[in-house]
Amino acid sequence: MGYMTINNRKVAFTDEKNVLSVIRKSGIDLPTFCYHSELSTYGACRMCVVEDERGKVFASCSEVPRDGMVIYTNTPRLQHHRKMIIELLLASHCRDCTTCHTNGTCTLQKLANQLGVSFVRFENNKPQVPIDESSDCIVIDSNKCILCGDCVRTCDEVQGVGILDFAFRGSNMKVMPAFNRIMADTDCVGCGQCRTVCPTGAITIKQNISPIWQHISEKDTRVVVQIAPAVRVAVGDKFGVPKGENSLGKLAAALRMMGFDEIYDTNFGADLTVMEESAELVERLEKGENLPLFTSCCPGWVKFCETRYPELKKHISTCRSPQQMFGAVLKEDARVNPHDGKKTVVVSIMPCTAKKAEIHRPEHFTDGEQHVDYVLTTTEVTRMIQEAGIDLSTLEPEALDMPFGIASGAAAIFGVTGGVTEAVLRRLVNDDSQQALQEISFTGVRGTDGLKEAVVTLGDREVKIAVVNGLANAGKLMDQIQSGEVYYDFVEVMACRRGCIAGGGQPLPIGPRTKKARVEGIYRVDSMAQIKLSNENPIVTTLYDGLLKGKEHKLLHNHTDAE
Amino acid sequence: MLDQAYYDKAQEIIEQHGVAQASLIPIIQDIQTEYRYLPPELLSFVAKQLGINEAKAYSVATFYENFSFEPKGKYIIKVCDGTACHVRRSTPILERLYSELGLSKNKATTDDMLFTLETVSCLGACGLAPVLTVNDKVYPSMTPDAATELIQELRGGEA
Repeated sequence: MGYMTINNRKVAFTDEKNVLSVIRKSGIDLPTFCYHSELSTYGACRMCVVEDERGKVFASCSEVPRDGMVIYTNTPRLQHHRKMIIELLLASHCRDCTTCHTNGTCTLQKLANQLGVSFVRFENNKPQVPIDESSDCIVIDSNKCILCGDCVRTCDEVQGVGILDFAFRGSNMKVMPAFNRIMADTDCVGCGQCRTVCPTGAITIKQNISPIWQHISEKDTRVVVQIAPAVRVAVGDKFGVPKGENSLGKLAAALRMMGFDEIYDTNFGADLTVMEESAELVERLEKGENLPLFTSCCPGWVKFCETRYPELKKHISTCRSPQQMFGAVLKEDARVNPHDGKKTVVVSIMPCTAKKAEIHRPEHFTDGEQHVDYVLTTTEVTRMIQEAGIDLSTLEPEALDMPFGIASGAAAIFGVTGGVTEAVLRRLVNDDSQQALQEISFTGVRGTDGLKEAVVTLGDREVKIAVVNGLANAGKLMDQIQSGEVYYDFVEVMACRRGCIAGGGQPLPIGPRTKKARVEGIYRVDSMAQIKLSNENPIVTTLYDGLLKGKEHKLLHNHTDAE
Repeated sequence: MLDQAYYDKAQEIIEQHGVAQASLIPIIQDIQTEYRYLPPELLSFVAKQLGINEAKAYSVATFYENFSFEPKGKYIIKVCDGTACHVRRSTPILERLYSELGLSKNKATTDDMLFTLETVSCLGACGLAPVLTVNDKVYPSMTPDAATELIQELRGGEA
């Protein structure tokens, strides 16, 4: 607690952890490349430098606020300093902005413009290295890296995966996996969180746009699309729709204009997941085997568990993820129903880069046919809408198609941490009165904590639940479960902090305010939904009595082990 | 995959230093002393045993010029090219050694695995400039001819 003087104005501070936070709170947006409030302080980019009354220049991110401090944030000396940093960064940076995937969202580009860097005196004599496109999820172009280390710290501190780190030193320093392996040869889980913090185009999403335009143009092809829960609260970002607002109807209208044939909701797939996963939980609780049951919706988590904790793999639910359940159902429908003899291509729109790898996993084929053919991230679909010359914000919302266009509120909340658990609890409690719903929402499953716990009484048994988000948190929990330190019956894991709304494929920037608005947006979708429980979704019942009859296990569960 | 004996040796070295992240550098130094280079497989092994990300261990190992993932020769010759040695004409010594050993900037070790030739920025023996070391032995006030003689001597010792 105290006061400091920033640019001759007196500013109060309380528990801010560094001077930078105080400056930003006072309304001055000091530029940074390497500072993220959720990561450790690195102090490398030196953009946040300030000057004190004695002329000492220091990085405000790395200084603790002290009472009586006098600082200046924009003296000619600092301006010169910042401009010089940008100029030097640009000197060894690829400057083909017009053809870069992050054109328009790049922090380096933005700051060069903001600080008026109009000329670079130095030649780029850094040897060019090949672009790593080996991963299904992300593309790494080291030539665009400015060595801020954000990806390194995110991968290690937030996700506990630690695939990327600095190698070599001085002017030879590069961010790379161990032994300069290609990404496909690493244990990268594909979560794409590195991409969400990268201030340049060094880490971008693997693009799948062009084959989709091609399929749309084919007359004998039926392009079916499913839209994940977290997409609807983010897809409007680039079109000026208020952050967190549900744009599902507008997105449906845009997709129709673009030529997609049928538009469905992955929330419907999530309803199927709730049905299957709650049944699986009850069965495991009765038999008392393979507890805790781990959720399987998140492909980043599934890969993390397989590579880090292979001995815990049997705990993962055999349920396919909502995307895969829905994909399997759509392909089965295409096999059973003629659809005018057209070839069916299933596309899913996901907030997630790891979903791009999930579709190629061997267990996600039925009778040799891949369930989902392409995954587009929210960011890619935004680009497609822009390519088509459509302004999403001006469109009138349209309904989704039938027969798979109805979903419950329980499915909508899959997009945030705790949502799967809440949805399963609703199904098991099986009571959609306001009181029952509220009781479940207050058990502790909601909120943004990395690890949440809840105890729920189901029948005559107390069920212990853990909800964890961020893979580093998941890793800690797994260690505790393995050592016997803690016991749970059900564990929900989402690889990304706060769940899919902050997924690796979502539009940038994803700051704290955006995350909050998206979480609220998801819960609003649930509040507005007329059906609250997955088992009350009439289409779910119809499907179980029709297309799915006798094929529930074949279509909705993974069974590589049995085969 | 290396022979099991390598991993056993690495495990022994790890136990000498204790399983702690801070022991990474001393452990890989000892491994390098043992094998005259740091086998990449052993770096991964040590990282796993110490609970360090492989990428982080690689980061440490590549930061220090001293660690080498390539096998080195029996005699490691380090020619000092620090300021004092440089002005007292270390370059002709290096060139003579290159031609004597058939090595170049891009090829540091002879095919018979007898010699590895490196330059270092300063050996801290500027009073003895120009200086070079063979393994840990210091050779002061070198000349190109003395370098040729030294190589012949070392080769002679092998024959």
